[in-house]
This record gives sequence, C-alpha cells and structure tokens, in this order.
Amino acid sequence: MREGYELIYERPKTLTSTRMSFCPGCFHSTVHKLLMELVQEMDIQDKIVGVCPVGCSVFSYKYLDIDMQEAAHGRAAAVCTGIKRMLPDRIVFSYQGDGDLAAIGLAETLHACNRGENFTFIFINNGIYGMTGGQMAPTTLEGQKTSTSPYGRDPSTAGMPLKMAEMVSQFDRVAYVERVSCDTPAHTRKTKKALKNAFEYQMLGLGTTFIEVASNCPSGWKCTPEESLDWVKDKMFPYFPLGVFKKPERS
Amino acid sequence: MKGNEALAEAAIRAGLQGYFGYPITPQSEVIEYLAREEPKHDYVFIQAESELAAINMIYGAAGAGARVMTTTSSPGFTLMQEGISYIACGELPCVLVNVVRGGPGLGTVQPSQGDYFQAVKGGGHGDYNLIVLGPNSVQEMVDFTVLAFKLADKYLTPVLLLADGAIGQMMEKVVLPSRMEYRPDKPWATTGKTPDRERNILTTLFIESEEMEKRNLMLQKKYTDIKDNEVRFEEYRTDDAEIIVTAFGLCSRIAKKTIDIGRDAGIKLGLFRPITLWPFPYDQLENIASRDHVKFFISLEMNAGQMVEDVRLAVCGKKPVHFYGRMGGIVPTPDEVFEKIKQHRDEGDLG
Repeated sequence: MREGYELIYERPKTLTSTRMSFCPGCFHSTVHKLLMELVQEMDIQDKIVGVCPVGCSVFSYKYLDIDMQEAAHGRAAAVCTGIKRMLPDRIVFSYQGDGDLAAIGLAETLHACNRGENFTFIFINNGIYGMTGGQMAPTTLEGQKTSTSPYGRDPSTAGMPLKMAEMVSQFDRVAYVERVSCDTPAHTRKTKKALKNAFEYQMLGLGTTFIEVASNCPSGWKCTPEESLDWVKDKMFPYFPLGVFKKPERS
Repeated sequence: MKGNEALAEAAIRAGLQGYFGYPITPQSEVIEYLAREEPKHDYVFIQAESELAAINMIYGAAGAGARVMTTTSSPGFTLMQEGISYIACGELPCVLVNVVRGGPGLGTVQPSQGDYFQAVKGGGHGDYNLIVLGPNSVQEMVDFTVLAFKLADKYLTPVLLLADGAIGQMMEKVVLPSRMEYRPDKPWATTGKTPDRERNILTTLFIESEEMEKRNLMLQKKYTDIKDNEVRFEEYRTDDAEIIVTAFGLCSRIAKKTIDIGRDAGIKLGLFRPITLWPFPYDQLENIASRDHVKFFISLEMNAGQMVEDVRLAVCGKKPVHFYGRMGGIVPTPDEVFEKIKQHRDEGDLG
C-alpha cells in the first residue's frame, strides 16, 4: 500500500485473477464478483459447490475459486440434485442462463423446484442466447429482434417469454424467489443481498431458492453497454418486474 | 430371488450411496426394491422425472464422491446417452444397468439383445467406451453388480450391466455377498474447496483442441489398460469342438443346452461366451479360430446380428462365421438353434 493511500476496495480473494471472457458491460461479471464476495464474507469456500452449464457461464469455473462441476446443457438442476442429496450440509448452486434453465432444461428446473431441492438457482435472464451468438431465448421479449427472430419475436409461433420467477414461486416447496438486476448500484446491492438470503435459507434447509437476475447482453442485443441499461429498465422491467415473489415465513 | 431384485440387493450390499432412476418395464423391480428398502439403509433414493434427469443426477452425485447406480431399459438407456458421454469423459465412477427389451422404437417389453451395439460401440457422442458385463443368471446379476462397482472405482469409469428382460424377471436361487466396506479416497470429488488443496473442477469442456486431444489420449490409455486386464469369458466343451457357438447373456444358456443336445447326437459343439462385451475377448476367440479341429462359428443372438461383427473381427477370416438370431422379444429354443447348426453343417460348411 502506497503511503497516504487507503485500501477501500479489492477483488475478492475467492475470485481468480484469470481474465474474464465476458463482454464489456455484461452483468455476468458483476454477478460473479458478488457471488465470490459473499463466499469470502460468509466464509463458505470449503462448503460451497457450484454447477455451471452450457452458455456464457460455461467458463465460470475458471473465475470462481471454489469446487465446481460443469453440467450438460440444461441439466444443471439434475446435477445439483445429485450433489446436494449426497452432500446435504454443503451449499450448492446452479448458475444458468435462460436457454439452459428455461428451454432445454425446463423439465429439470421445474421438477427440482417441485421436489424443493435444497439448492440455489442463480438464473441470468438476458432474453437471448449470448454464447451461441444472439438467437431467440425462451425469455426474449415480444417483438424483440434476434438472429432467429429477425422480424421480432412473434408469439403466434414462438409463444410468450417465460416468467420463470413467477412460475417457480407457485411451487409449495420453493422457499424463496426474488428477481433482481444489476443496472444500478442500488439494484446491484440488492442482488448481493438476495444471493446472501438464498444461501442462508439453503443453510437452514428451507427448500429451493431461486434468484433471477434481469440481465443484459450488449453484444447479443447489438447495442452499447449504456444502451443495454436503458433496455433493461425500459423493456425488461415492465415484463419482468423486480421484487420478492416468495419468501419464507418469519419464524 | 428375481434377477432385478437380486441386483438391487447386491447394490445395497456393495455399499450403494445414491440411486437415481425412472420406472420402465422390465426393470421396474429394481427401483421398487430400492424404494422399499431405503428406510432400512443409508442410501439416497430419488425417482427422477426422466432418464435424462436420472443420469445427470448420477453425474452430480458421482462427482460429489458417492457410490451411485442407475437402472433402466432400452428406450430409457437411449435417453441416458447424453449423460453417459459426459460421465465417461469426466471419468466419474458409477454403475449403469440396462435390462434390455425388444426394439427399435417403443418396441416390446420382452427380452432382447438389440442394444449390444449401443452398449459396446458407444451410443453417446465422442470416443469413449463403457466396461460392459453380460450376466446370464440371477447369480451373475449379483456378482457382476459387485464387480461393476469395483471396476468403476478402479478405473474411474462408468460400468454397464447389459442384462435382458428374461434375466431381470427370472427367479433363481442366489448367494448374496457380504457387505462391501471398501471405499477408495476420491480427492478429485467436488466436496468444497479446503485451504489445503486447489479447487476441484469436473468438466468435460476442453475448448482448445490440444487439450481435448490430451484428454482423449488419457482416456484411450485407460481403455488399453482395461483391455489388457479385464477381459472375461467362458468356454464350454470347446476342447475338441468342431463347431463353436458364440453367445452372451441369456443366449449363452440356450447355447449350452444346444451344445449338450448336439453332443448327445454325436456332433462336437462348443460354446464361447464373452462375459465382458467390452473389452471383447478378441484374442481368446482368435486363438480358438486357429485350432485345426474348429470348422465354423455360429453367433446366437436375440437381435439381427450385432455381436457377430465382433466375432468376425476376432476370427478374421480364419473360419466361416454364421449367425442365427431372433428379434422382437422372441427367445430362440435350443432345438431350433440345433436345427440351424445342422443346416450349416450339412451345407458343407465343415470345409
């Protein structure tokens, strides 16, 4: 530390120094950082196991200094089920995108929620297939243009964007559901709090915890990071409102 | 005991820690038995929402260091192929059971050996092999289940029992093993990173071609070790045999009966039965093909002719190789097999 300077902020030690492959302005890197700050602050590095599947999170294990398993596309909820059932005292989470969690893996997602599997879903909903190059996702907004909905998503053929947080909050054995975002510092702080809540509820064995992050994709949306923040606020929030959809009864 | 139930009991005694499965005929007695017995033991039992989910639960649980098994039948085994490829590449030990029924498609619930190719030639994507054991009795359902867990741990690889609807459903006397206490260390398991070690990552993603090839070479080296050390087979009355029947699983029992019928009629028949379908006993079979007294081979299978391709590879043109099979869940009788053998013999195939 240079004389006269005070250290007020640094990379959490649980985040590796590997350069991230995420695009500039993407919320993925923010959520990764929040997650690892929590692991450090809660001192749970030796208790946490993560699952990253196919999508932009496919390289997460390079950045997160914790034990991790890479899952097949869509199967993270089943893989987490296997891990958590064998290691019930560990904190287990999946980190999935919309194509993974809500399209190819919807059955695994919903059945894990229905069983109340005691792990945490971290669901990055940016309404597009980022890694594959900007195709339509199950959460692409009505009229939104992607490379496979070049004239805008047409609900008559593609259906409506899936509201996952609303959907999974219907299950009796799901304990906690919150939709958050990282478009402003205030929202980012709320995201961290939500993740912390989820891990704490999981440690109490309350059931499935589900954090949906209304996220961005400047590259896939073909806009600047700054413009992507406007899109999140103006287009996503009206359809994917932020807030707590379900939380455990206070006891 | 019934074959399926004996297998389930053997798995418990082998120290099963996690079972993830989905009901399907003619395998359902396994999942039912393990559901029923669960309260008495300390294994985890989950009925998954699909075979796809079940195999991925196996991936997660095996990666967490647990001794795990899933069981299914043909259409379900097809659904599992995705996960099996990942498990093989990720080098995760587990036991898989396919109580085969007649296919293709939804098929029939009657016994078949139509999944031989799928079991021994891959099934999922990429270059990998399973160790494949072919039981032919309820006793072997038990013995091979225990063996499968040991091999899985030894080689860090998925091991498959390729049974069939008849072996799964038949009742026979059986000697059950005592409880297997052996538990190898699994320092690679994802159990939470402790300060004394680097983080454990289980991945099958090797985006750099050089890394992917390295992983492949590592797997191939392991497969070579398995080929060198784990080939299993059985011979029956082959010492002076002129005609060798090759058969695995249920067909090997039918073939034994055929051989006795033939011997009684003065025809020198013998049986060569691969027990490990992968690794296939190529060298041992080639050795038999080199014997002067052996005139021809006939492969007896409950399919359209699958294992016969491996028999031909082993025999390598040294002697004629014929095939007789039934499909669709029909089990051939020893008499019809004997008639077929006599036909080939009378057609001058004795050279």
